[in-house]
Amino acid sequence: MLGYALRRVLTAIPIVLLTITVCFFILRLAPGGPFDGERALPPDQLRNIRAYYHLDEPLVMQFFRYVAGVAQGNFGPSMVMKDFTVARLIGIGLPFTLMLGFTAFIVGTVAGLVAGAIAAVNQNRWPDYLLVFVVLIPIIIPNFLMANVVQLVFGVYLHWLPVGGYTPGAWLNLVLPVLILAMPHGARVARLTRGSMIEVLGTNYIRTARSKGLGARLILARHAIKPALIPVVSYLGPGLSYLLTGSLVVEQVFALPGIGKYFITAALNRDYGVVLGTTILYVFIILALNLIVDVVYAWLDPKVRFR
Amino acid sequence: MAGITGKDATLTAYADALAAAPKGRSLTQDALRRLSRNKAALVSIFVLAALVLFALAGPYFLPWTYDKIDWSAIRKPPDWVKGHYFGTDQNGRDMLARTLQGTQMSLLVATVATVVSVVIGIIYGAIAGYFGGKIDAVMMRFVDIMYALPYILFVIILVVIFGRSPVLLFVGIGCLEWLTMARIVRGQTLSIKQREFVEAARAGGAGPFAIIFRHVVPNLTGPVVIYATLTVPEIILTESFLSYLGLGVQEPQTSLGTLISFGAPVAEALPWMLFTPAAFLVVMLVCLSYIGDGLRDALDPKDR
Amino acid sequence: MADVLVVDDLDVTFQLHNSEVKAVSDLDFALAEGETLAVVGESGSGKSQAFLSIMGLLAKNGKGSGRAMLGDTNLIGLSPGELDRYRGKDIAMIFQDPMTSLNPALRIRTQLGEVLVRHQGYDRERANRAVIEMLERVGIPEPVKRASAYPHELSGGMRQRVMIAMALLCRPKVLIADEPTTALDVTVQAQMLDLFKTLTNDFGTALVLITHDLGVVAGVADRMMVMYGGRCIEKGPTDTLFYDPRHPYTLGLLHSTPNVDKRAARLDPIQGLPPSLEHLPRGCAFHPRCAFRFDRCFEERPPLLPVEDVREKACWYQGELNYEEVA
Repeated sequence: MLGYALRRVLTAIPIVLLTITVCFFILRLAPGGPFDGERALPPDQLRNIRAYYHLDEPLVMQFFRYVAGVAQGNFGPSMVMKDFTVARLIGIGLPFTLMLGFTAFIVGTVAGLVAGAIAAVNQNRWPDYLLVFVVLIPIIIPNFLMANVVQLVFGVYLHWLPVGGYTPGAWLNLVLPVLILAMPHGARVARLTRGSMIEVLGTNYIRTARSKGLGARLILARHAIKPALIPVVSYLGPGLSYLLTGSLVVEQVFALPGIGKYFITAALNRDYGVVLGTTILYVFIILALNLIVDVVYAWLDPKVRFR
Repeated sequence: MAGITGKDATLTAYADALAAAPKGRSLTQDALRRLSRNKAALVSIFVLAALVLFALAGPYFLPWTYDKIDWSAIRKPPDWVKGHYFGTDQNGRDMLARTLQGTQMSLLVATVATVVSVVIGIIYGAIAGYFGGKIDAVMMRFVDIMYALPYILFVIILVVIFGRSPVLLFVGIGCLEWLTMARIVRGQTLSIKQREFVEAARAGGAGPFAIIFRHVVPNLTGPVVIYATLTVPEIILTESFLSYLGLGVQEPQTSLGTLISFGAPVAEALPWMLFTPAAFLVVMLVCLSYIGDGLRDALDPKDR
Repeated sequence: MADVLVVDDLDVTFQLHNSEVKAVSDLDFALAEGETLAVVGESGSGKSQAFLSIMGLLAKNGKGSGRAMLGDTNLIGLSPGELDRYRGKDIAMIFQDPMTSLNPALRIRTQLGEVLVRHQGYDRERANRAVIEMLERVGIPEPVKRASAYPHELSGGMRQRVMIAMALLCRPKVLIADEPTTALDVTVQAQMLDLFKTLTNDFGTALVLITHDLGVVAGVADRMMVMYGGRCIEKGPTDTLFYDPRHPYTLGLLHSTPNVDKRAARLDPIQGLPPSLEHLPRGCAFHPRCAFRFDRCFEERPPLLPVEDVREKACWYQGELNYEEVA
């Protein structure tokens, strides 16, 4: 098990390096840059700025300078928000984004698992039909639309919950964002859980367990849940990517102080440093979480460990 | 948004089935026959076709064009007398005309990105499958890595590069979407490569690309149709998502996502500005999702 | 010897979309303590469904009715919760496919030990010791190591041994083995049958051996019950049925079994296909394939009636079955 985890860590390293390399060169080789603002800068001033950011050096030099910096946690300066380093911006926004994301991840996963399992046990009875229908809504309707609708309904019309913004401690402000972020994730988890649970409940080994007189609860808890979780867990990795995408929207709609705002502004202003830094960090986090997911997977499915 | 239709899993399974039984055509025909028995999918195809037709032809029949300003009707709710069937926006422009325009744009970029991804997928997959061995291993390993990385990050990098040209942006997005297509084509190429007529062609001096285009590509009609059906909604969603964030299509051009992002802040006072484009988007996505589900069921080897 | 399981008037029906199908009709038999009963028939003859209904393991659309008395308890119609007091303890079952009948996610130790924890109230420690002892008993080498293994680490024969161990942990009064050797290599089959015989003898367990393979029955079973179209059509001591079958179908089955002793003998499969339970023929269900049929077979279903002391058959034809003449 430990060996398996180690092997997975080792394979993740080249992926991070590859991502840094590819993103760096694509961004730098593309035409346009952070300093082609509306008003053109005088040539000597532009030269100074470029020299300050080492943009006049050969690209390969810049690349190694960048990688060396990243290895020490220095993602360089933001070229648009002059007073900030990328690391500082990330430091401001990332904790909030991670907190929001993890809360939604846990809420969605748990709710999805429970709902999916209930539906599977009641297959072709009303809880099942209800779930199959309800789950479609957040899967089909884009989250930015859902975000606006719940904002309108619960915030503007009903005044039950704040429409947006966040200051530390104002947890009520997080209810709608977490809900919007968790719903599509939970819906997919529920769908998968239902499907795999139904499949597992029909297997021969569940019949064997019943023939042993174990009782419905023990069969569910010991025999059915673990194998039924396998497809669900293998979804959690990609699910994290969707959550990341969703958090960009949710932070925008509910005006939340996460990293998404900087990321989008940077993308619009071609602020290489911020885009690159955020991308690398996201890739790193996603790969790390995927690793955890894989290890859980190996625990669920003993066959994987021995490959 | 990759994953809304779960196409990767579906199509990868389908590709495996195709590779195992090289008689791809009957497998695909079989799937299409099963699809035609699915009522929800059939109705969806019909509704979607009607919607697309309306988006393309509708503007010619409306009293207002998408950019014409009606100074007498600014921020007005639906008004049948003046021909503003879905109201007007803050500038007095007709919402229905704008929504149809936006739908056209969404469909255009979706088509562009899908075509690009199909082309790249075919070329990449065919090369990997035809040459096999180490080349194949490296190329497919790259695909696996791409699958593992969050798609949206690359999209945002593309926005940085192509920010001001939506069509180019979606060419770029097409360049990210080809992974699944490449897997299908690779599987097909691998299985076709081993058959006698390819041996014969090779012995006769045909080059690899001639062989690929003559023998592999013609077998791909079915997979391409299915792939496109599942890819178009993903791109439509990506487009609306990016435009909603202000990263996609920008004024004076418009798209469903742009319209929704303009409608959202004023939805309390001018609900039609949000709900008109939202309704179009949702109807389109619902239809495509049912078609996708129908296809998935039709392709599911378990029910066969 | 006392009867441990007495089945009376057992019916099994399946609810299909808009029809009902009877998979088993009017099944009667008694199983004496420690005896081995072979239940023989083609697939679709209802042999498996009959015993799944006794175990309460029918598919959701299936329902059993009648009586299956285990001691003083009628197992048919018990709720799953009530059945769980007997399943795995007094009556156990082994299934055809050992590859899929063990839970891939749990260690062998867990899957076996839980039976003892549940029914005998053992603690884990004690259950573990008992499991290892039982694994040794069913002929698994290195039982301590195997107990910690996952099913996929064992071969098919090994897994079937594990299944046997699992079923016998509580020394049940009745063991039902549904095609226990079908999925195994021929070489392993014989070992497995030996194992069945030894263990059920040692534990005094009555064994029901469900099979379509008469070769399996010959050396093991005391009595034999032949099923066709959901009904018992002939039953009696194995030897008498083997050497003197009275029902044309039994005869046909015997003739379609490869026999190494009579090397020259031609393999005579029974003509035609087994009937679909949805459209059972009128009269005797076997008549379309029967070489000995006459008018009455088309109209009236023959009841299961005693022939001589110890055997019964359901056939109108009372003459000698002389296969060569007719074939």
